[in-house]
Amino acid sequence: MPEYSILIGGKAGEGLNKAGIIIARIMNGLGYRVFMYYDYPSLIRGGHNFSIIRAAPHRIYSHRGGVDFLLAMNRETLDLHAHRRGAGTVAIFNSDAVKADGIGLPLSRIAKEEGAPEIARNTGIIAGFCGASGIPWEVLEGTLRREIPRGLESNLAIARRAFSAVEPVPAARIATLPRTEKILPVLTGNEAAGLGLLNGGLQAYVAYPMTPTSNLLHFLAGIPADLELTVVHPENEIGVMLMALGFAYAGKKVAVGTSGGGFCLMTEGFSLSGMSEIPVVVILGQRPGPSTGLPTYSCQTELHFAVNAGQGEFVRFIVAPGDLEETYFWASAALSLSWKFQIPSILLYDKNLAEHGYNFDIDSVPPLPEMPAMAWDGSTPYRRYAMTDSGVSPLAFPSARGAVVKVNGYAHDEAGITTEDAGMVTRMQEKILMKGEGLAQDLDVMQTVTATGAKGAGDILLTWGSTAGVCREVGDALGLRVVQPVVLNPFPVKKVREALEGARRTITVEQNATGQLEKLLALHSIRPDGRILKYDGRPFALDELEARVREALP
Amino acid sequence: MNGRQLITDARNTWCPGCGNFVIQHALKAVLQDLEKEGTSLDDVVLVTGIGCHAKMADYLNINSFYSIHGRVLPVATAIKLANPHLTVIGCAGDGDAYAEGLDHLIFAAKRNVDINLFIHNNRVYGLTTGQYTPTSPLGFKGKSTPSGTLEYPLNPLELMFASGASYIARGYTRNQPLLKKTMAEAVRHRGFSFVDILQICATYFDIHDVYDRYVYELSGHDPRNPAKAMERILEWDYNNPAPIALGTFFERDIPTFEGRFPRQPAIPTDRMRKIRGLLDGYR
Repeated sequence: MPEYSILIGGKAGEGLNKAGIIIARIMNGLGYRVFMYYDYPSLIRGGHNFSIIRAAPHRIYSHRGGVDFLLAMNRETLDLHAHRRGAGTVAIFNSDAVKADGIGLPLSRIAKEEGAPEIARNTGIIAGFCGASGIPWEVLEGTLRREIPRGLESNLAIARRAFSAVEPVPAARIATLPRTEKILPVLTGNEAAGLGLLNGGLQAYVAYPMTPTSNLLHFLAGIPADLELTVVHPENEIGVMLMALGFAYAGKKVAVGTSGGGFCLMTEGFSLSGMSEIPVVVILGQRPGPSTGLPTYSCQTELHFAVNAGQGEFVRFIVAPGDLEETYFWASAALSLSWKFQIPSILLYDKNLAEHGYNFDIDSVPPLPEMPAMAWDGSTPYRRYAMTDSGVSPLAFPSARGAVVKVNGYAHDEAGITTEDAGMVTRMQEKILMKGEGLAQDLDVMQTVTATGAKGAGDILLTWGSTAGVCREVGDALGLRVVQPVVLNPFPVKKVREALEGARRTITVEQNATGQLEKLLALHSIRPDGRILKYDGRPFALDELEARVREALP
Repeated sequence: MNGRQLITDARNTWCPGCGNFVIQHALKAVLQDLEKEGTSLDDVVLVTGIGCHAKMADYLNINSFYSIHGRVLPVATAIKLANPHLTVIGCAGDGDAYAEGLDHLIFAAKRNVDINLFIHNNRVYGLTTGQYTPTSPLGFKGKSTPSGTLEYPLNPLELMFASGASYIARGYTRNQPLLKKTMAEAVRHRGFSFVDILQICATYFDIHDVYDRYVYELSGHDPRNPAKAMERILEWDYNNPAPIALGTFFERDIPTFEGRFPRQPAIPTDRMRKIRGLLDGYR
C-alpha cells in the first residue's frame, strides 16, 4: 500500500507549522491516516523550521527520514534536507528565492501581485504540491476554506495560479483512497489532553507558559465559555501549583500544565497536595534538560523525577500515554482518580506527543469507569481527615453548612489541626499511604499496559510514552511484540509480567540517555536483554528505529 | 453554624506577651461582627503561611487552609476565584509575604482580587529563632547577621501602593480597638485589602517602647487622595525614627479580578456533545 512523506521547510516565523497542518488535513481528507512531525528552534524569527507529514493507509505515529516531496521556501531547506531526497523525490521551491532543479514557482511575485502577505506563499507552495501530485483542486480548496480564516480570497487566488502552473508528475501521483473508513480528526497531544480533562469534568486550568505544554494553555483558554472552565495564567509555577490547590480546596476540579523546569518549581506544592490530600492533575510535557536544555525538542527524561518529586512519602498516580486515545482516556481518568483518592496525578508526555499531529478516534476510547469522589453526607460532625477503612476521608468544601473544613500541610489530626503526637503522626502517615491500595485496585480493571504486534513473538520491544507509537510500527513491520506500561505508578508489575510471558529477547526503547524505564523495571526485578536509547532531542524516525532494532535483534 | 465557639481546643503555643494574641482577638471580633451582620461563618475561609502567625489556622474554628511558607496569596486568590461568595482572609508573616512570597504579594495587589491580607509584621523570624526579615532595620543583629544587617528594610506600604493595591492600612498590636476597626474596614473593602500590622515579638524583637513613642492615629486624612496617601506612606521608612501613622492610608474602588472573569450561567452542559463538536473542527 502506498505511503507518502512531505516535508515543508523555511524560516521560523513563516507559518510552517500551520502549513504542515494544512498538508496533513489535505492528506487526511484523501482518506489517509497521518502523522505530522514539527521541528522548530527556540526563537521567534529566522531559524530553520520544518514539518514532515507522513500519510499511510493505516494508523501511524512516526515520520520517516526520507521524503517524497520537498517543499522549500528557501535555499537552506534544500541544503539541510538534501540527505532526505531519493531518486523520485519531487522538489518544489520558491523560484524567487532559490535557483535549483525541480519545480520552481515564483511565489513571492504571485503573492505580491495578489496583494497578499508573504505568509501566503505557503499556500502557493502547497497548491504546487497538490498540482504536482494530482490532488484534486476541490480537495485543496475545501481544506483552505476551513483552515484560512483571514484573507481567504487572496490565498485562493494564489493557490489557483500555483496549482495550474504545475504539471502533474505521473510517478508522484497521490491517489484518493476509497472511503472504507471514516475520516478522523487530526490533533495534537495537548489538544487530546485538554479534551480528556474536559471530559473528566475539569473546572479550572492553571499554567505558566512553557514549551511543550503552552499550547494546552492556549487551547483551554480558547474553548467556548459554556464549558464553564476558569483558566488562569499566574506569576510563576509556584503560584500555579498553589492556586490549583486553592481551587481544589474550594471544590473545583483542577489541572496544571508545565515541563520539567516548571515542575521543579511546583514540587513544593506537589508535596503539599500529598500531605493535605488535595487532588491535582499535573500535565508534564517532557523536553530535554538538564536546565533549559533543548526547549523545543523531545525526550523521556522525567520518569524518575515524576515518581520521586516532592519531599516525604505519599501516594501519586503517574500515567504516560503513547497515543491520543490513551492521552484522552487517561487525562479523564487521572482527574477522576485524583478526586476519588485525594491525591496528585501526573500525566507524563513529551514534545513528540504534545505538539505533533496524529489522528484521533474518540469512538475507540474505552468508557471511563465510574469513580465518584467520597462526599460528606452531613450525618456526623465534619472532620476533613476522618479515619476510614480506605484511608479516604469524605470531602466537604468551604460554605458547606455546618462543616469546618481545615486542610493542613503540617502533620495533623483528623480535624486538620497540627499535631506532633507520635501515635497520630504514625496513623496519618499510614492513612495517606493506604489510599494506594484502593488506587491499585481501581487501576486493575483498566488497561494499564498496552501490548501490540505479534502476540506470541519471542522478541519484544518494551517501551513507554510516545515512543510506543514508533515501536508499534516497527513491531508490526518486523513481527515483534510491543509492550508498553502506560501506568508507571503504581507500577502494574503483574500485568507487565503477563505481557512479557514467553519472551526470548526483550529490548527497551526509550528517548533518554540512562534507561529510565529500565531502572524502574529493575525495581521490580524485570531485567531486559538490551536497550535502544536516543537523546538528541529528536524522536525516533521509523526507518531509524527499524535499523537499530535489526541491529539489536540480529 | 451560628454563634459558634470561635476558638478551637488546640493548645496555644504563642509566647506570653506575643502580639499574635491581640491580632487573634481583633480577628475574632471582626468575625463575630460579620456573623451579627448576617454573614455565615461557613462562608469565611482563613489562609495562613508558615511561621508563628500561621498557628491562627489551628486556633480559630473556621474553614482554614494552613499552607506553606510564602504561599498564602495564590491559595487565597484561587479560593476567591473558585467561589466569589466566600470571604477570604489571609494571615501571613513578614517573612512569608515580603521574602519567600513577594512575587505573589505584588500580583495579588496588581490583580485587585477581593481578599484581605493581614501581615503579622514583627520584623523578625520568630519560629526559626531570630533572623532578620525584609522589614528589619538596617544593622539588625540576628542569628544570621551577628554583625548587623547590611541592607535597608523595605517599606511594604510603598510597595503595595506601587503594585496597585486598592486598600492600604497599618495597624499596631498595642492599639487593639484601632486594629480591629482597621481590619473590619479591610474586610468591608471590595478588592485587595492590605494591612501591615506592627507586632512585637516578645522573644526576639520587642521594640514596643519605640512604637509607643512614635505611633499616631491618622485623622483628617483623605485616603481617596493618592498624593496625600503617598505622603503618609513615606513618612516612616521602617528604618529611621519618624512618626508612624496608623489607620487607613489609601483606598480606591476599582473592578476586582474575580469580577472580571466571565461567569457562566449554571446550566449543565452536555460536555460530550461539546467535545465532539470541537473535534469536527480538526478534520
